[in-house]
Amino acid sequence: MIGGLFIYNHKGEVLISRVYRDDIGSQAADSAVFSSSGPFLRERLGGSVRRNAVDAFRVNVIHARQQVRSPVTNIARTSFFHVKRSNIWLAAVTKQNVNAAMVFEFLYKMCDVMAAYFGKISEENIKNNFVLIYELLDEILDFGYPQNSETGALKTFITQQGIKSQTKEEQSQITSQVTGQIGWRREGIKYRRNELFLDVLESVNLLMSPQGQVLSAHVSGRVVMKSYLSGMPECKFGMNDKIVIEKQGKGTADETSKSGKQSIAIDDCTFHQCVRLSKFDSERSISFIPPDGEFELMRYRTTKDIILPFRVIPLVREVGRTKLEVKVVIKSNFKPSLLAQKIEVRIPTPLNTSGVQVICMKGKAKYKASENAIVWKIKRMAGMKESQISAEIELLPTNDKKKWARPPISMNFEVPFAPSGLKVRYLKVFEPKLNYSDHDVIKWVRYIGRSGIYETRC
Amino acid sequence: TPVIQALWRPRREDYLRPGADTTAIMPAVSKGDGMRGLAVFISDIRNCKSKEAEIKRINKELANIRSKFKGDKALDGYSKKKYVCKLLFIFLLGHDIDFGHMEAVNLLSSNKYTEKQIGYLFISVLVNSNSELIRLINNAIKNDLASRNPTFMCLALHCIANVGSREMGEAFAADIPRILVAGDSMDSVKQSAALCLLRLYKASPDLVPMGEWTARVVHLLNDQHMGVVTAAVSLITCLCKKNPDDFKTCISLAVSRLSRIVSSASTDLQDYTYYFVPAPWLSVKLLRLLQCYPPPEDAAVKGRLVECLETVLNKAQEPPKSKKVQHSNAKNAILFETISLIIHYDSEPNLLVRACNQLGQFLQHRETNLRYLALESMCTLASSEFSHEAVKTHIDTVINALKTERDVSVRQRAADLLYAMCDRSNAKQIVSEMLRYLETADYAIREEIVLKVAILAEKYAVDYSWYVDTILNLIRIAGDYVSEEVWYRVLQIVTNRDDVQGYAAKTVFEALQAPACHENMVKVGGYILGEFGNLIAGDPRSSPPVQFSLLHSKFHLCSVATRALLLSTYIKFINLFPETKATIQGVLRAGSQLRNADVELQQRAVEYLTLSSVASTDVLATVLEEMPPFPERESSILAKLKRKKGPGAASALDDGRRDPSSNDINGGVEPTPSTVSTPSPSADLLGLRAAPPPAAPPASAGAGNLLVDVFDGPAAQPSLGPTPEEAFLRFVCKNNGVLFENQLLQIGVKSEFRQNLGRMYLFYGNKTSVQFQNFSPTVVHPGDLQTHILSAPPALRSQVDGGAQVQQVLNIECLRDFLTPPLLSVRFRYGGAPQALTLKLPVTINKFFQPTEMAAQDFFQRWKQLSLPQQEAQKIFKANHPMDAEVTKAKLLGFGSALLDNVDPNPENFVGAGIIQTKALQVGCLLRLEPNAQAQMYRLTLRTSKESVSRHLCELLAQQF
Repeated sequence: MIGGLFIYNHKGEVLISRVYRDDIGSQAADSAVFSSSGPFLRERLGGSVRRNAVDAFRVNVIHARQQVRSPVTNIARTSFFHVKRSNIWLAAVTKQNVNAAMVFEFLYKMCDVMAAYFGKISEENIKNNFVLIYELLDEILDFGYPQNSETGALKTFITQQGIKSQTKEEQSQITSQVTGQIGWRREGIKYRRNELFLDVLESVNLLMSPQGQVLSAHVSGRVVMKSYLSGMPECKFGMNDKIVIEKQGKGTADETSKSGKQSIAIDDCTFHQCVRLSKFDSERSISFIPPDGEFELMRYRTTKDIILPFRVIPLVREVGRTKLEVKVVIKSNFKPSLLAQKIEVRIPTPLNTSGVQVICMKGKAKYKASENAIVWKIKRMAGMKESQISAEIELLPTNDKKKWARPPISMNFEVPFAPSGLKVRYLKVFEPKLNYSDHDVIKWVRYIGRSGIYETRC
Repeated sequence: TPVIQALWRPRREDYLRPGADTTAIMPAVSKGDGMRGLAVFISDIRNCKSKEAEIKRINKELANIRSKFKGDKALDGYSKKKYVCKLLFIFLLGHDIDFGHMEAVNLLSSNKYTEKQIGYLFISVLVNSNSELIRLINNAIKNDLASRNPTFMCLALHCIANVGSREMGEAFAADIPRILVAGDSMDSVKQSAALCLLRLYKASPDLVPMGEWTARVVHLLNDQHMGVVTAAVSLITCLCKKNPDDFKTCISLAVSRLSRIVSSASTDLQDYTYYFVPAPWLSVKLLRLLQCYPPPEDAAVKGRLVECLETVLNKAQEPPKSKKVQHSNAKNAILFETISLIIHYDSEPNLLVRACNQLGQFLQHRETNLRYLALESMCTLASSEFSHEAVKTHIDTVINALKTERDVSVRQRAADLLYAMCDRSNAKQIVSEMLRYLETADYAIREEIVLKVAILAEKYAVDYSWYVDTILNLIRIAGDYVSEEVWYRVLQIVTNRDDVQGYAAKTVFEALQAPACHENMVKVGGYILGEFGNLIAGDPRSSPPVQFSLLHSKFHLCSVATRALLLSTYIKFINLFPETKATIQGVLRAGSQLRNADVELQQRAVEYLTLSSVASTDVLATVLEEMPPFPERESSILAKLKRKKGPGAASALDDGRRDPSSNDINGGVEPTPSTVSTPSPSADLLGLRAAPPPAAPPASAGAGNLLVDVFDGPAAQPSLGPTPEEAFLRFVCKNNGVLFENQLLQIGVKSEFRQNLGRMYLFYGNKTSVQFQNFSPTVVHPGDLQTHILSAPPALRSQVDGGAQVQQVLNIECLRDFLTPPLLSVRFRYGGAPQALTLKLPVTINKFFQPTEMAAQDFFQRWKQLSLPQQEAQKIFKANHPMDAEVTKAKLLGFGSALLDNVDPNPENFVGAGIIQTKALQVGCLLRLEPNAQAQMYRLTLRTSKESVSRHLCELLAQQF
């Protein structure tokens, strides 16, 4: 039950404002806007000044003195849920006690939809497409209740090609499809080449102690599928899920020992709405009729047996009060045939740094004063290699005796395998009505492992 | 005020004047001097799109400055100035700056004005108590003060004033008076010095020594330069509050200066003429200064002053020379200050009446502010016997204002004025107007108006039936705002006056018949009918059963307190009207009473029921007899109204002759409110009486009104808890607790002492919901004590929010033994009214007591060594408290001495030993306390190596038992 949705630019100017319910707005945030001015002013302004939730959010969140960290803000018994994309704020407002996870899911979905329609979410793009956005908002939220937000389905009736009058049949087809059981796929799709792409995208998060002890690590991954298949194909997806493998292993005992090592334990996962959950619950098999085009099949998280692609070994030595020596070694820890890309190591420097000298064997390193860090970039690095950087940091003696807090060294990279160990075992396609079989479908699988928050204390 | 700010900065013309001829002096802005880098940086920051971008830009700049300050290469003054400026800007944006202080200090020694200025600016904004830097800064300031270069001297003085810390005060408080009165100081320097000294004096008055310069400061009033005079007046006004006698000579000088300004043509003063008004700020300040003193005794001076005041009043009648608002503001400022002076003197009937007429004109001015001010000033005029009648002529205008003013604060002033101008002749009119206004009044001031109506109705009641009517009306109109005191008072008066009892019973009975009446009405009705219901019982319309059923119909709608009162009424009814007995017993017996969840109601029901069934008629009649008359005492309402307004404002409400500085009564000896702590013993007493704030008006000989007289006793502003003196005594044996508490303020103490050092935490809690302004607690050491105890109270924030608590730490060092404790004087403004109180700080010599354990023979050996007669002090006294060995023991331990067991052969006796630690010497003490339980007496013997200590300790300790 979202009461309204607002989009602001970085200055707090409202770009898009769509109010679904009357309970927000008018008096909801009167007092909030003036909460700082004390009771007298509030009393005086009373009903005469009508400010609305739009201003309340701007005053209390966007222009707040202190940065507002919480994504949920309560102002005068009105809840504001916001996400920020580059310089754009999206805020959903409600007076009711809503499911916050639902609201955020909706906001993310909305970002996806907008991105699918006009690319990057920026002030310029929003201004150029505001008619489209209002149209979308009319469709995906009805009286504050989220509706179908599947891009594929939306694109069938919200187009950017101007008004095209549709025939009666087309209209009724759209209606039956949107309201039907499989709202995410329309019938009668035909491709000359049946093709599908699977991307396993993972981000690996790590916090490591200076001694190399893992303090916390987890991988969050997604399986993204791009399908160009004719008809209404039934798909079945298989991976090396431990539970499935063990269940199969019961039949053939010798297989368990063979494949047991490679199976992974998934902590939790969520699926696209097309996946039949009843089947997953009973057989733990993932079967579905995919939407046309790109969609996210599943999301998952693992915490056990994570392959950490890089090891960071820091060495920080304070030489007197005015000098600091830093040496950082990174070691790549995967097959030598694979190549990691876009490697970036960020070494924080103390706040009283007055000069930095850096020497590194590979890549480029630079002291970025505006970020208070040394940034070391390496384009490519093969597995089982190591590289080193050393820096000499000069410090300015300061008045206060506050000790430097030593923030952790963080790292970014991209590797062509899944750090969780997930493997796609199969993806079978059945289309009984049309005459193409599983073997005729061209399938592509790709694994990309990225760094999430990958930090090592120093 | 704007003038002070304008004076604060040296004016640019001063640097350019030919007299100031040093080559180093540069105009503030010259070509090529604008710092381009700084401008670029600031515009970069302003162009940042987001907070993150701003932080990035600042980080980059900070890194750049750090690399520049690294110290490899010497920076020239210009770059140093530029970078320090950038740091300052970054700091003002809200980021921490932890370097660059050294560079700023270096800038101080530059010879260029702009560099020095930026250095001082940085230090004034960012100084912290870093010891080594403070030393360097002080050195630089010292050099500049000694430089004879007026510009540099001004900069240094401004820096001292802006920082205003205690350290600065200690370093320079002695130099500044010298600069101020030196014959060869430039005008601008004198001006700055005066204001700087004022600031230091306000920050830490104990640091500014009075001396022979004071006389010469007074003569600055004669200075040619108006700026110097203005600054000097500010300084003198502040100083003379503490030492009125030292500055007495300023009166005649101020008067002559004032008369010169007032009589000057509007163009005479050139620079200092503001929109055709000559030197308005200076005039206002002079008038304020004069308000610190009683009317001049010298007839010539007085004549001249009266002439001045008349001129000002005359000028107000002249047509304005300009239509600009600034012109009329300046003119009116002088006029209002003149009127306050006239009111302050309160001795010139002619002037008072003229002032009143002038204010009367303003009452209908179209400026709301003027109307407000006029009402406010008139309020004080109304209390003067000379102008009371004149004020009364404006009654219709004021009533009209009460009805039609749009601003609530103006209406409030109008209500105040009506209250102040009320007397027997117009009471009925005013009370009825106020009652009428009450129906539409703002909620915020309703309670106050209710109190006022209640007081006026009582004070000027000619016949009491009118009074009863008025109060019942009051309850009907604004029942929620009628506080307990108001209806208690009605009951008191009705009980005490036979002639109204019947009328009251009848009226109340009628009032209760209204379908919905306020609970307060039920309370009053219940009480009065219970007492005097018999007086109207003859009428069949109000027969006893009717009375009872009327009251009982309200019973279930009332709160517990009212029900309890009604139960008492019922039992009284049983006595008054035996025929109702059965009905009432039935009511009392009902389960809802006998088993009521509320203990009070249950108990009353049970007891009354039993009483009514057990006791005979005679007994019942005796027990439930009519209440005896209340002892005639002050109206509790009056005290309540005073409390509500804040004690300071109370004086305005008083009908007595108002005179804040009470010269007439004291014969003009002590013109200021007597909280000044002087070492004389009488001052101590005054200090102790300081719980009622000084603004409480002194008893006036002429005002024969009982209600008003009661106002003046110390009880009018009761301090909650013990009196300060008791509190002080309690602290002899303990270190923590509440030192003082009244309606506004609570002061708590936590202290710890070790050897000759002590630390005391003072907690000031604001008990009101209103912020205290200018809150300044200071510690003074009267007389000889000053050298004996060192304390360093750090500056506190000058505001204390409602409900907030602030803390102050005192470090105390005992240098020598002392007798009188230090005094804490707290001054603040509460709701605009100044408050002051002086308390003894609980620091007594025994706090520095260190217990010593010793064996019996050691004790007796030392006891004998201290056998000289003057070393012993003995006291035999009666016990004030029950004699309990444990309590006594605890008190002795709290006093500081060690308790030695098994020393005295008589186990009843207490023996103690200890050493008093002071910096100069240590005093060994032995004590012996012999309680005599039969006679309830104690004998206390103290032997110490010092005579005065023996006696003092003996007295202190004796008061504890």
